[in-house]
Formats: sequence, structure tokens, C-alpha cells
Amino acid sequence: MKNKYIVKDLGLIEYSLAYQKQKECLSQVIAGGKDTLLICEHPNVLTLGRLGKATNILNKQNIIPVIEVDRGGDVTLHSPGQIVIYPVFNLKHFKKDIRLYVNILEQVAIDFLGEFGISACRKPDEIGIYVENNKIASIGIGIKKWVAYHGISININNNINLFSDIRPCGLDVGMVSLSKLLARDITVDSIKVKIINIFERLFDLESVRINENI
Amino acid sequence: MKIFELKVPVLGEGIESAIVACWHFKEGDKVALEDDVVELVTAKASFSVPAGSAGILKKILIKEKQEAKISDVLAVIEVSG
Repeated sequence: MKNKYIVKDLGLIEYSLAYQKQKECLSQVIAGGKDTLLICEHPNVLTLGRLGKATNILNKQNIIPVIEVDRGGDVTLHSPGQIVIYPVFNLKHFKKDIRLYVNILEQVAIDFLGEFGISACRKPDEIGIYVENNKIASIGIGIKKWVAYHGISININNNINLFSDIRPCGLDVGMVSLSKLLARDITVDSIKVKIINIFERLFDLESVRINENI
Repeated sequence: MKIFELKVPVLGEGIESAIVACWHFKEGDKVALEDDVVELVTAKASFSVPAGSAGILKKILIKEKQEAKISDVLAVIEVSG
């Protein structure tokens, strides 16, 4: 039987507000509530994960807000046009296996890009998704009481040039977006249903509510 | 005096170790069963480890930024009661 879950589309939302929403969902899921998938975009923000190095923010005149967060991974950038997905999922449904869970998140990005005819892949010893040598999706998660939060971001039509201010995930790597690869503008709103469908297939989920706004 | 060893839990297939990101309590602090006492980082995930036993955090064996293997003892808790 499919696991019933809730989808919430938060739209364009400040990072701190979305984080608050995540923590509320986290408490609910830990207390036995339904798994919840939050989808959103953020205004420009840099987030620095646990053990992330501030030296990976290269632009010393950086004016983008920096927030230290309780997830794995190093520094990353969120900006409008990038879809950010926060699955607040009980990993007891996924064998309590962090590697398995991260693999499925990576597969979401691979399958999503595949629907546009783009061949994306993992890299050995790196977490994240690449098209040729450029990174298009980044992952960083937190886990409390075996419930995961934080998640995955995929560049859709965001300003890729902003990544030149940082070493994304602490790596010297180029970044790319879906719109850049297809040489046409794709909006985040136009791909949300695709992403949700892929999540439901790969995580064996059935939604009970959709597009519940905050 | 009863002692509880707080160990690095099994985190998933192929994950052999994790780095201690931060301790939320210090030696001598009282901890409750469900308190997240330490945060580990591995495979792009931060993982909060609950105390597992109520008592006093007697000794931290693996310090922040150090690596620990699965099942290594992170700390010793003196069990209350």
C-alpha cells in the first residue's frame, strides 16, 4: 500500500520562514504525522551546512545573506528560479538507510531531467547530480529521530552567474540550469507537477492534499 | 553506578563512519532519554543522536571535528535512578 503524504507548495518564500515551516512539519512527523513534501523557491540566500567553511564564500564583498543551517554539506546558493524541495519524511519507511534515501533523492533529479531528454548522472564519491561536468542539483539533509528534513535543489531558470561567488558544496565546479541546457525559458511553476509525480513514483507515495499554501 | 555507552548508530549501507559536528551538551550536564546530544555528519546528512538513556553526560570520548566509526562509543552516560 502506498504511503499517504502531504504536499505543500510554499511558493517564493524567505529561507527563514520556510525553515520554520520545515521545523513545524518535522515535529509533526516525529509525533507520528504524515510525511510532508514542501516545495518552494527562495529569494537570494547562501546557506552554510554543518562543517561548511566560510572560506568557500569567495566574494568578500558578498551582499547576499548567509545563514548557517543544520544540514550536511557545505555552502550553497538559493535564488528565484531554482526549485527547492524539502521532503520531511520518516526514514523508517526507507529502511533507516541514509545512503538509500540520498540515492532516491538523486534519482528524482535524474528522472526529472530525463523527461526533458537530458542525460544526468552521479559522480563517484560526490553527492549531487551533474550534466556532463556541470552540477545541476545539490543535496543536503538533516535527520532527527530518523525523520529527514532539508533536501534537494534543482536549477531551473535561476541566475547561474551568482554561483561564481562561492565554491558550491566546497567544490570547484561549474553550475548549469535546465533553461540553459534547453536554451529556452522554463519556469519553476511549470515543472512542479512533474517533480511531484516523480517523488510519488520513486518514494511510493500517494498525496492526500496538494497545494496547501501557508 | 550504571553506565550507558552512547554509540554511533548504524546509518545505512556503505556508511562506515561519520564526523562529530557538534555536541549540544557538555560533560556534567543532565540529559533526558530523548535529548539530541550530539550531531554527526556523513554523506551530506547531519544526524542528531539522542541520549538513549537519562542521566549525566559523564565523559565525551570523541570531540568535535573528529571522525568516529559505526559502533564507536561517543560518550559515556551515568544512568540516573
